[in-house]
Amino acid sequence: MKPPLIAILALALLALGPVSLQAAAPSVPLDRVQVDVTNQASLQRGAQLYFNYCMGCHSAQYMRYNRVGRDLGLTENQVIDSMIFTTDEDGELVNPGSLITNAMTSAYGEEAFGVEPPDLTLVARVRGEDWLYTFLRSFYLDESRPLGVNNPVFENVGMPHPLWELQGWQEKRADGNGGVRLQVVEPGSMSGPEYDRAIRDLVTFLSYLAEPIQADRQRIGIIVMLFLLVFLVLAYLLKKEYWKDVH
Amino acid sequence: MAGNTADKIQGGVLGWVDARFPLSQLWNEHLAHYYAPKNFNFWYYFGSLALLVLVIQIVTGIFLTMFFKPDAELAFASVEYIMRDVEWGWLIRYMHSTGASFFFVVVYLHMFRALLYGSYKKPRELIWIFGVLIYVVLMAEAFAGYLLPWGQMSYWGAQVIVNLFATIPYIGPELVTWIRGDFLLSDATLTRFFALHVIALPLVLLLLIVAHIIALHEVGSNNPDGVEIKANKDENGVPLDGIRFHPYYTVKDLVGVGVFLIAFFAVVFFAPEMGGLFLKPANMIPANPLVTPDLIPPVWYFTSFYSVLRAVPDPFLGVIAMGSAVVILFFLPWIDRNPVKSTRYRSFAHKLNLAVFVVTFVVLGYLGLQQVTAFYSEMTLRFSVMYFLFFWLLWFHSRERSAVFSLASFVVLVGVYSLYDVTRFDPANALLLYTAWLLPTAYLFVTMVVPVFARNLGRDRPVPERVTA
Repeated sequence: MKPPLIAILALALLALGPVSLQAAAPSVPLDRVQVDVTNQASLQRGAQLYFNYCMGCHSAQYMRYNRVGRDLGLTENQVIDSMIFTTDEDGELVNPGSLITNAMTSAYGEEAFGVEPPDLTLVARVRGEDWLYTFLRSFYLDESRPLGVNNPVFENVGMPHPLWELQGWQEKRADGNGGVRLQVVEPGSMSGPEYDRAIRDLVTFLSYLAEPIQADRQRIGIIVMLFLLVFLVLAYLLKKEYWKDVH
Repeated sequence: MAGNTADKIQGGVLGWVDARFPLSQLWNEHLAHYYAPKNFNFWYYFGSLALLVLVIQIVTGIFLTMFFKPDAELAFASVEYIMRDVEWGWLIRYMHSTGASFFFVVVYLHMFRALLYGSYKKPRELIWIFGVLIYVVLMAEAFAGYLLPWGQMSYWGAQVIVNLFATIPYIGPELVTWIRGDFLLSDATLTRFFALHVIALPLVLLLLIVAHIIALHEVGSNNPDGVEIKANKDENGVPLDGIRFHPYYTVKDLVGVGVFLIAFFAVVFFAPEMGGLFLKPANMIPANPLVTPDLIPPVWYFTSFYSVLRAVPDPFLGVIAMGSAVVILFFLPWIDRNPVKSTRYRSFAHKLNLAVFVVTFVVLGYLGLQQVTAFYSEMTLRFSVMYFLFFWLLWFHSRERSAVFSLASFVVLVGVYSLYDVTRFDPANALLLYTAWLLPTAYLFVTMVVPVFARNLGRDRPVPERVTA
């Protein structure tokens, strides 16, 4: 009798402070980002970053290489050359129609980072674009962490800063108003604005990855709306005609 | 019907069929010669729209069943497969997920129409009861369906609801194990919820809808004036204020369909998540029995009742309160005994009562989505009390009450919950408690005490002989 009742108190009644292993809400305000999933150039640049920096650790296991290629306007050869770096059990290059599951094994990931790097297919729908945009720009040096970096958007995250070559290293500084801000102390290959643009491209790609149909969906939606408006006008005229003799 | 013989003489395919099956008879009885009041207004679109949503859900559901894998290992990935690899699968899936929410929007408005015009009153009690049964089965259907994508919200939402049964004394824990088919929510639960969702509950739903419509066509539709059109017939036995359902209401409902589909597809194409109300971000993470999400609110259409559950500190009593909030609907025809059907001719006090009920239901729905804070839980309690007070007032306004009875019941009701406030008094929250106390008290004061001194506010108006517009 006792354990279920405790479970009820914790779950059904949502007693204050339910046990949570997930990241708490970020302690910093999120920066807003506008992404345009119809912008193919931005998507291609984002995909380039994704396939070069992210997919070593993170899978995108619900998505196929050739679907990305088709939607981003790449030929099959371009897909093979620029996205596929791994081979299957037989030593053959992974088929372009495969799911993007080539990340490290979960056991290895757990050993290396303490937690398996999460699949990123749907991350934009889980976290939101603003969260990703802020998170990817907020790594700072923190000696107390095993990988030397921390992130205010996801406190004590088990992830290194894979884009350090581009952004450089940031440190936490007092901002003079009692808060803190992050400042680049060792520049990377990109300037601040360049890096922000690169991250916006990457977030655009992640947004596309989470829902590849979203651009088409909105385009088709407009056509459907126009059709339904015509239908509504005709239905209304028909009703008016029939109801002439009702008094 | 007179037309039948003529049709049979005409012969042809229809005559051949009619000699063997009452096709023309059914068509005439339920459409062409079914006389509906001519004064239906906006609120009368939602019956036919509910049927439309049902068809959308069944058709999209059939296609989803072709690709969905009811297996804890595969379910989540199969939904993403539908979203990405199945031709137009995303559209089918979004129509189904949006359809679930729209089903409840339409059904809530349809039920509100019944409250507005007294459509549950004699002789339509059974229509109402079948309707509430449909609503209850629909909630079960939606709940079972919500588990199927096997995301974090699916899993933990189902966990919360299934665990409600654990509060039942003595049999609770075993009952929950029996429902889950396992000691935790698992593949066994998923497969049985799938069976319930795709066949068992839809069958019950269809049968109840047929019963609902047969009962409706037996007694005839109510209307915004609450006047029985069958009381005034011409020499042929046709109601003077009735018009044939087909073609008049079929073409009129077509306009409703147009407006509805624009709203429906606007959500499907431009906001399928509806800002997290229809599809929650946390449900994009595969179910994980080891990780509890920060907040586990049910889907919006359950949150009003969920608030009633949370208003009561004792879990079992909370479940009883929540169950009562639904079950009380069955008794509506016998709670509201006022002979005047339509709110148009009811007293100001009743109109206000109905308006407060709408606000109460919406506020409870909002509160059910929020994290518990001192302020929110105080509001949840007060509005839950007001939810039940609505039904008391409905009975109270069945006829004009004497001054003594009005004042006495006001004092008793306010006394009851004030006494409860005394037992839970906490000096730290005193101001909040006093202020919130004013909510149900003002509600009762205006609807019960004020009419004692301003008699016309509590008086119903005469109902016309014939429908007005």
